[in-house]
This record gives sequence, C-alpha cells and structure tokens, in this order.
Amino acid sequence: MLAAARCIVYRDLLLALRRRSDVATALLFFVIVTSLFPLGIGAEPDLLRSIAPGVIWVAALLSCMLSLGRLFAADHADGTLEQLLLSSEPLGVIAAAKALAHWLVSGLPLVLIAPLIALQYDLPAPLFGVLALSLLLGTPVLSMIGAIGAALTLGLRGGGVLLSLLVLPLYVPVLIMGAGSVDMVAAGLAPDGQLLLLAALLIVAAAFAPWAIAAALRISVE
Amino acid sequence: MTAQMKWFWYASPQTFFPLAGVLARWCGAAAAVLCAVGLYIGLFVAPTDAQQGDAYRIIFIHVPAAWMSMFLYVLMAFWAAAGLAFNTRLSHMMASALAPTGALFTFIALWTGSFWGKPTWGTWWVWDARLTSELILLFLYFGFMALQAAIDDPRRADKAGALLALVGVVNVPIIYFSVVWGYTMNKGASVSLTKAPSMAATMLAGMLIMTFGFWFYGIAAVLLRARCIMLEREHASDWAGRYAKGIA
Repeated sequence: MLAAARCIVYRDLLLALRRRSDVATALLFFVIVTSLFPLGIGAEPDLLRSIAPGVIWVAALLSCMLSLGRLFAADHADGTLEQLLLSSEPLGVIAAAKALAHWLVSGLPLVLIAPLIALQYDLPAPLFGVLALSLLLGTPVLSMIGAIGAALTLGLRGGGVLLSLLVLPLYVPVLIMGAGSVDMVAAGLAPDGQLLLLAALLIVAAAFAPWAIAAALRISVE
Repeated sequence: MTAQMKWFWYASPQTFFPLAGVLARWCGAAAAVLCAVGLYIGLFVAPTDAQQGDAYRIIFIHVPAAWMSMFLYVLMAFWAAAGLAFNTRLSHMMASALAPTGALFTFIALWTGSFWGKPTWGTWWVWDARLTSELILLFLYFGFMALQAAIDDPRRADKAGALLALVGVVNVPIIYFSVVWGYTMNKGASVSLTKAPSMAATMLAGMLIMTFGFWFYGIAAVLLRARCIMLEREHASDWAGRYAKGIA
C-alpha cells in the first residue's frame, strides 16, 4: 500500500521535473499577482503591510487552483487513470498520493517563496515565520479539497472556470485562518488559535478528502 | 405486498408523478393562504418596534427565507446521500429540484437583509459571520447547479452533484465557525446580531406563520420542478408518453 503511494508520488514528481515549465508557470503567477497589488492600490508602506497577509493568501489560493486542472487530466487522457482505478491498491491511498504530489509541486514552492514576497510588502521579519508556517499547514488542505473538485470536473467543457466555482467557496476557512494567523502576530498577539485550527483542518481533510477524491474519480470515469 | 415494498412504492417516478402533482397543488394553496395571513399580521397587526420603527417588519420575509435557505441545503444533502446510498433515481431528481428554490431563498435572505441593514445599521453590508456564510451558501448552491448543468450524462451529473452537496454540507458549519472565530479573535464583530430582542407574541406568530407559508411554497415549487425533471428524464417511458398525449 505504501509502496504504491510512494510509486505514485515518485512518478508525478518525475513527470513534473520533465515538464518544468508547468510548475514554473503557477509559481510565476503567484509572484506576478502579488506584484500587481502595490501597482493597483498604491505603494503606501502602512497600507501594504496591512493587506500583505490577505493578498499573499488569496494569491496562493488562486495559484494552487490554476494547477489543479492538470492533476488528473493527463492521466485521464492517456488511460493511466483507468489503470489506477483497476489497481488492487485502495483508491483512497492512490488519491492521497496524487494530492501529496500536487502539493509538493505547487504548494511547497509557495511556502518557500512567500517570505520573499513578504519583503516586497515590507512585512517585519518576525512575521515571516508565521506566514510560512500558516502556508505550510494550509496549502495541503487546498490541494486535497481542490483534488475533489478536479476529480468531479474531469473532462468537462469549461472545466477550469467550473472548478473555481466549486472549490473557492470551500477554501474560505483556510483563507480566514491562514491570513488571520499573520494578522494576529502583526497585532502583537499569539497566533496559536488560528494555527491550531489550520492544523485541525489539515487533519480532517487528510482523513476524509482521499475517500471523497476516490468516490469522485469513480463517478467521473465509470 | 410486504411493508418494505410499500415503503419504496413512491420511489419510482411513475407512481410519484401523480402524487407530486396533487401535493404541489394543495401545498401551493396552503402557501398562498399562510403567506397572506402572515403578511397581514406582519404589516398591520404586529406593533411598531420601539427602536427600529417600521423598518423591522422586513423580518417577516427575511428570517423565514434565511431559515429555509439553510434547511433546504441540508435537505438537498439528505436526498443526495439517499441517492448515493440506495441508488434511487428519484432521490437525485429531488436534490436537483431543491437547488434553485434553495438558491432563491438564499438570495431573498441576502437582499432583504441588506434592505434591513441600511436603515438600522446605516450600511448595506457588513462582513459578519451570518452574512458571510449566507453568501458562501449562495455560492455553494450555484456551484451545485453549475456542476450538474455542465455534465451531459444524467447519471454522472446526479452522482457528481450528490458528492458535491455532501462535501458542501460538511463545510457549511466549518465556514460559519471559521468566520465567527476569525473575526472575534481578530477585529471583534462590528455588529452584534446574537442578542435576540424580546419579541411581542404577535410578531413571533407572524414570523412562524410566514415560515410555514415559505415551507409550503418550497414544497410546491420543488415538487413542480421535480415533475418537470421526471418528464424530461423519463420521456421515453410509457407513462410519460400517456401523460404527454393527455395534455396535448
């Protein structure tokens, strides 16, 4: 069971490595969107400091969603997905491995690059840690919930826009807790409450999302 | 006929179709009567509020619509779960039929809420937990309808929508509490909606009668829509053909 999961993660990472531009596009999107806000709103340092957590988190949500369309599409097109569904390994484990690979490719780079964006927004250095930690806890939830939507919209016309309509409302709790934790530290308070709630969301998503992804895949492929 | 067979007697579109027609007619009539009585009590009998004046009278529409919007989403998720568990077509048809009425009530709750907010709080909108989660609820209804509309195969549309409704119904309380906790820990709620003012008995009566009126309207509208969906899906069957000939 673990061998199958490891195999899927390894394969997806290898595929991502062979098509580096796909990974880079989502990351560049994140950087560009966050760079647009100071240009549109104005570069007042106080204003930028106060909107930074929200802007970075919203950009992370959108960037994560952009890469969701590719999660199952290629496997669906070349028949790999049917083989995965026929596999003797539990489909939930396979779905969890796919979501994990998606997070490693699209979520983890955001966590690493977020402090750089925070510099652009003139956030004080003590906030970098909590920003990265909140993204580290929150982005896996985005990948798992997003994978449910990606599986449901597999092969539909207008899938990308539809996916955003399905998935973005479900991202709201992660956004509120993630941006809220940074706001707390900025206000001089402890972010424990928000971070623990993010961790709780992560645990609940890890427990239930793989089975929902598996059910959605079965519905879409049968 | 065993008891179990009787229980599932109306689970077939053929037998449910005429029953839905009769129920829709009676529930529609009940809704008209109850709403007329409720509006009369609300607009003419109930006393004017000491603090809010006559502006408060929108609650006779607003509160029942908000209750129904949440109740219908749970009901939709219930039929979706029943459809997935028992693989009954009619359950999925009921879930599809519930979504537009639920979205309508959600929209009415938001709309009348902002009409109520302007004279009492001085603003059309605040990012309060109730308003925000009601808005997200509207998006969830739209997502359900958009997903079903995008899928051509009715069987896949049924099941995909059902799964989405179940994921949504788990998320609604999480969204509500995340907004509550997010705001209380952050900025402090700007407007407190939780203190229920003491309510005159006639006000409460008017509101409850309106709630039952909306409830019966919901049943009637959903059953009429379910009848249309049944005819559309079963148009190749004998009973649908006989019905179509009868009204032609």
